[in-house]
Amino acid sequence: MKKTGAEILWECLVREGVEVVFGLPGGAIMPVYDAMLNYPVHHVLVRHEQGAAHMADGYARASGKVGVALATSGPGATNLVTGIVTAMMDSIPMVCITGQVHAHLIGGDAFQETDVTGITLPVTKHNYLVTSADQIARAVREAFYIARSGRPGPVLIDFCKNAQIEETEFEYPEDVSLPGYKPPTHAPVSDLQKAADLIAQAERPVILAGHGVMMSGAMEELSMFAVKTQTPVAMTLLGLGAFPASHPLSLGMMGMHGEAYCNLAIQNADLLLAFGMRFDDRVTGNLRTYAPRARKIHIEIDPSEVHKNVHVDVPLVGDLKTVLTDLIPMLDEYDHEEWREQIAEWRSETDERDIMSWPNDGKLYTAKVIHDLWEATQGNAIVTTGVGQHQMWAAQYYHMEQPYRLITSGGAGTMGFGLPATIGAWFAHKDREVWLIDGDGSFQMTQAELSTAVQEGANIKIAIMNNHFLGMVRQWQEFFFESRYSGTPLNGPDFAKLAEAHGIPARRVTDPGDVLAAIDFAHQTEGPVLIDFQVEKEEAVYPMVPSGADLDTMIRRPVRRTQARAAAQD
Amino acid sequence: MQQTLIALVEDKPGVLNRVASLFRRRNFNIESLNVGRTEKPNVSRMTIVLDSEDVDARKAEVNLYKLVNVIDVQDVTNQPAVTRDLALIKVKATPEQRAEVANLADIFRAKIVDVAPDSVIVEITGTEDKIESLVELLRPIGILEMVRTGKVAMTRGTASGVRHAPGANGHNHLEAQKL
Repeated sequence: MKKTGAEILWECLVREGVEVVFGLPGGAIMPVYDAMLNYPVHHVLVRHEQGAAHMADGYARASGKVGVALATSGPGATNLVTGIVTAMMDSIPMVCITGQVHAHLIGGDAFQETDVTGITLPVTKHNYLVTSADQIARAVREAFYIARSGRPGPVLIDFCKNAQIEETEFEYPEDVSLPGYKPPTHAPVSDLQKAADLIAQAERPVILAGHGVMMSGAMEELSMFAVKTQTPVAMTLLGLGAFPASHPLSLGMMGMHGEAYCNLAIQNADLLLAFGMRFDDRVTGNLRTYAPRARKIHIEIDPSEVHKNVHVDVPLVGDLKTVLTDLIPMLDEYDHEEWREQIAEWRSETDERDIMSWPNDGKLYTAKVIHDLWEATQGNAIVTTGVGQHQMWAAQYYHMEQPYRLITSGGAGTMGFGLPATIGAWFAHKDREVWLIDGDGSFQMTQAELSTAVQEGANIKIAIMNNHFLGMVRQWQEFFFESRYSGTPLNGPDFAKLAEAHGIPARRVTDPGDVLAAIDFAHQTEGPVLIDFQVEKEEAVYPMVPSGADLDTMIRRPVRRTQARAAAQD
Repeated sequence: MQQTLIALVEDKPGVLNRVASLFRRRNFNIESLNVGRTEKPNVSRMTIVLDSEDVDARKAEVNLYKLVNVIDVQDVTNQPAVTRDLALIKVKATPEQRAEVANLADIFRAKIVDVAPDSVIVEITGTEDKIESLVELLRPIGILEMVRTGKVAMTRGTASGVRHAPGANGHNHLEAQKL
C-alpha cells in the first residue's frame, strides 16, 4: 500500500511501541505533524525544543523505553542539541526526528536549513539524513534498534520535507541488517576464569556499580554477586538505586561528593569490580593515586571504555547481566568479615559529622528538606534533579531503594534538565509520585516548561531549593577562590507567584517547621504543585574531593557539637 | 611511532566524515588515510596510518567500532604485509637535466609519465621509505609539486592483522558457545 513518508514514519513509530512524543512544530516538519493526527500517539507540546529532548530523556530513564523528540529544521533542531549531548553522555536510548528542507535545497542555505547531521554527528550514537520516502522505514527501524541495544544512546533522523510528502510503497522492515553493528553479549570463558581467580584471591574487594547495571537490568545479578561474595557495593551517581541503599553491603555513592567511608574503602581495596561504569573523573579523583593497591575487573559493554581512564587487569566485554549470569556460578562463597568490619569502623564517625545530627537552629538546610521529603514519600518517589548542590544532596539524602527512580544528568551535568525530565518521567509512570528537586539556578533555565506541565495536567511536584546563588560554583569559589563570588549571586522571581501565574498551586517555606506541611500540601493536591524552599544561602556539600585531588583527601564537614553532647561534656 | 590499521566500512555517504570526526574528537593524529572500493559491493576499505606515541592501535580499534558503519578493524603494523604508497613528483628539469632524473627514476623503478619543456612528472610506487629516498635525491634538482596517495596495505598470504579487542564487535559469540 502506498503511503507518504510522514505516514510511514508514524506507522513505524507505532510499531516500535511509541505512545508519546515530545516536540514543537515548524515549517519543515509540518507534514509529519499533519499525519500524526491519524495515529494513536500523544504529542506533548514543549515551549523550547531543549525541553523536548530532556522530556524524551526523562521518559526513557523512568520507563526503560526509547524516548522520542520531534523538532523542525534549523533552530528547532539545534535547540535539541544540549538534550542530545545529555542523553549521549548518560547512554540514554532516544530517537530525535528533525525536519529538514527539501533534499534539492540542501547545501544552498535555504530558510531554516542547518547541517543537523553534521552538527549532531559527534554527539549521537548514530544519525541519518533521509532524502526520499523509501528510506524512512529502514531508518526508523534501525534507529530504534541502535538506540536501545548495546550501550544505548541517542539517534537522530533528519527528515527532508520532500521525503515526508512523497508517496511510496510501505513495507515494514522486520529485520535489521547492520553488518558493522554487533553489540557484544558473552565474555570469553577464559577471561571469566581469570576474573574468578582474582575474586578468589581478594581480601578487600569493592563493587563499583554504575548506570550499566540498570541499563542491562542486572540488579538481581548484582545483588546475588554481592551477597554470595559478601562484597560491599559502591555506586556512581547514575548507579544509585541499582542496589538498595539500606542493604548492609551498600556503601552509598562514591566519588567527589561520595561518602567518606565509601571512598576510603575504594582507596584501600585490593580488588575493584567495576560493573557497567566508566571511571569518570568525578568518580576517581587523581588517576595516579586511584585505588593504588587494587587489581581491577571491568565488566563493560563498550570496549572503548576498557582501559580508557584506568588500566584494568581483567576486562570482560559484554552485557553485564549476561556476564554476571555466566560468572556467578564459577564463584565460591566468601565472607570478608574483617574487611567489612574495617569499613564499618570508617563509617562509625559519619553520623557525628552528618548535618542530620545538627540541632534545629531555625534555619532551612537543603539536606534536611530532602531528608524530610524522603521520609514523607517513604523513599518511593521518582526523584528528578537539576545540576549542582541540590543534585548532590538529593543523591546523598534521598536514599534510593529501587532502580530507575533517580533521574539526573550525570556526565553532561546539564542545568535545566530537571523540570522537563520530570514531565517526561511522569508520562512514563503516571501512577507514581514524581518529585523534582531543583535549584533556583537550574530551574530558571527551563522554567518555561511550567506551561507544558499545566497543559498536560502533569501530576508533578516541584521543590526548589532556593539559595539565591549558583550554589555549586559559589561553593568552589568559597573553597578555592577565597570566597570571591564572581557571577554566582542570583536573583530569581517569586517562584510561588510565578507558579500561580501558571495556575499552579504553590507555597513558600522559610521555617523548618513548615516543611512537612508543605510536602503534605503538595501530596494532597492533584496536578502540578510548586514549593519554594528558602534554604541557607552559603551551605556547602560535604564531603568534597577537590577536582583532581586524591580520592581519600576529602574536605569534611566540620564537626558541630550537638546540644546534647555539649551538655554532656560541660 | 606509526600504526597502520585496515578498516572495512560500509560504503555509505558520510562514513569518511564519521571516521575523521571520531579521530579528531578523540585527539588521534592521522598521518594518512586512504579510502577506496573493495572486491565486495557496498564495502569500502580504509588504510589508516596514525602517528602518535600515546594512541595505541587497540584504542583506535575499539573507538572505530563505536561507529555503526565500521565492520572490521585489523592492526597490520607489525604483520607480514605489502604496503605501498604512490607519489607523483613534478621535477624542474631542463632538457639537459632530464637524463639525470630519468636515471634516478630507473634506479627506483619509477616512471616518467609526463615531459614538459622545463619539467617532468615522475611516478613512483613503493614503501614510504623508498619514496622518501627518491624525494631526497630529487630535491636538489628542484621539486615543483608532489602528491601522494597515502599508504595502502594488504597482509601476505593467509596472514591477517591483529584484532586487539576480539569481542568488540560481537565476534566472541563463538567462544561463548563453549559455556
